[in-house]
Amino acid sequence: MTTRMLGWLALLGLGGGLVAGFGYAPREVAQGNVQRIMYLHVPAILTAYLAFALVLIGSVGYLATRQLRWDRLAAAAAELGVLFTGVTIISGSIWGRPTWGVWWTWDARLTSTAVLLLVYVGYLLLRGMVDEPDARARYAAVVGILGAANIPIVHFSVKWWRALHQPSTILGPEPSPIATPIALALLVNWVAFTLLFAYFLARRMAIARLEEHA
Amino acid sequence: MTAYARRTWIVLWKDLLTERRSKESLNALLFFALLLLFLFEFALGPDRERLRAALPGLLWLGFVLSGLLGLGRSFIVERDNDCWDGLRLTPGDKSAIYLGKLLGNCAMMLAVEAVLLGLFGVFYDLALGPVLAPLVAVLVPGTLGLAAVATLFAAMTAHLRARELLFPVLLLPAQVPLLLAAVSATQAALLGQPLSEVSHWMKLLIGADVVYVVIGLLTFEFVLDA
Repeated sequence: MTTRMLGWLALLGLGGGLVAGFGYAPREVAQGNVQRIMYLHVPAILTAYLAFALVLIGSVGYLATRQLRWDRLAAAAAELGVLFTGVTIISGSIWGRPTWGVWWTWDARLTSTAVLLLVYVGYLLLRGMVDEPDARARYAAVVGILGAANIPIVHFSVKWWRALHQPSTILGPEPSPIATPIALALLVNWVAFTLLFAYFLARRMAIARLEEHA
Repeated sequence: MTAYARRTWIVLWKDLLTERRSKESLNALLFFALLLLFLFEFALGPDRERLRAALPGLLWLGFVLSGLLGLGRSFIVERDNDCWDGLRLTPGDKSAIYLGKLLGNCAMMLAVEAVLLGLFGVFYDLALGPVLAPLVAVLVPGTLGLAAVATLFAAMTAHLRARELLFPVLLLPAQVPLLLAAVSATQAALLGQPLSEVSHWMKLLIGADVVYVVIGLLTFEFVLDA
C-alpha cells in the first residue's frame, strides 16, 4: 500500500517537474530551449549516484550479515543506477549535439560517467551468470565494493586525462550561480526523480523477494 | 605473522613450481606477446613515427591482453584434484592465499612484460638502456594494480560457465584509471622525462595499488568459500 502511494507521489512529482521545467522556468538566454534537457539530465545523474551509494551499502551489508535482503537492495539499486546513468548519458548526448556540435566527446566527466556505466553493467552481467543465490550475492558484493572504491580513482584519472565539461555547479564548493526559477525547477524534478527511484527500488526488491521464494 | 608469511610463501612457491614444471601458461603467453607485436605492426602500418607515438599505449595494451589470458587462468589449476577444497581448508587467514597468488601472478606478468619490452626494443629500434630504471618504476606498480584486481576476479570467475567472457568484462572497466595512469607515466619514462614530472600519475598508481590490494585482502575469503 505504501509502495503504491510512493508511485502516485512520484507521478505527481514528475507532472510537477514537467510543469516547472517547461512552464515555470524561463527560456535560457544563451542556449534556448535545449537547456531544458538539464531538468532531466541533472536529476538523473544525482539519482544514479544515490543508486550506486546504495549498491555499496547493500554489498557491505550482505557481507557483514549474510542476509539476502541486503543483496536484493544492492541488485535493485544497481539496475536502477545503470538505468539512470544511461538516461544521463543519452540526454547529455542530445544536449551536446546542438550545444557543442558533437554527440560524444572524450571529455573527463563524460568519460568517467561512461566508465561508471561499464563497471555496473559488468556487475549486472556477473549477477546474470551465477545461478546459486548465495555465491551470486557474495561475488556481486565484492564487485560492488570494488566498483565503489574505484569511483574516486576513476574520477581523478579521467580528470587529469582531459577536461571540457563545465565544472559542477550544484555539488561544487561555491554558492550556486543558477537563477532561482531554474534552480527551483531543477529541485522539483530532482525530488520527483528521487521519489520515482524509491518507487522502482521498492518494486524491484519486492519482485526479487518473490523470485527467491518461487 | 610468521605463520601468515609462511602460508603466503607456500602458495607462491607451489604456483611457481607447478608453472616451472608444466610451463603451461608462460610459454603460450610469451608466444602470444610475440603475436601481439605483429598484430600491432599490421594494424598501424610500417610508419616508424606513428608506431613510436602510439608505443606507450600499445605496450600497455599488450600487457593487459596478456594479463587477460594469463591472470584469468590463475585459479583454473585449483579446480582439479579438489585443490579448491584444499585451499578452503587451509587454517588461518584466507587472505594469505590471495597474497601468495597475487605475488605469483605479479612474477608471471613481470616476466611476460620483460620479454615484450625486449621484443619492442628489437622490432621498433628502441634504446631501452637509458630509460630502463624509470620504466621499471612505472611497470611494477602498474602490474601490481592490474594483478591485484585480476587475482580477485579470477578466483571469482573460475567456477562460472562464461568465465572467458566475464573476466575481461569485469576487469577492463575497473582498470581504466590504472591504464590511463600507467600509459601517461610510461610515455614520460620513454621520452626520458624525470618521473617527478608525472608525480601525480605515480601517486595515483600507488594509491590505486593500495586500494585494490586492501580490498583484495579483505574480501578474498568471501570469494573463496564457494
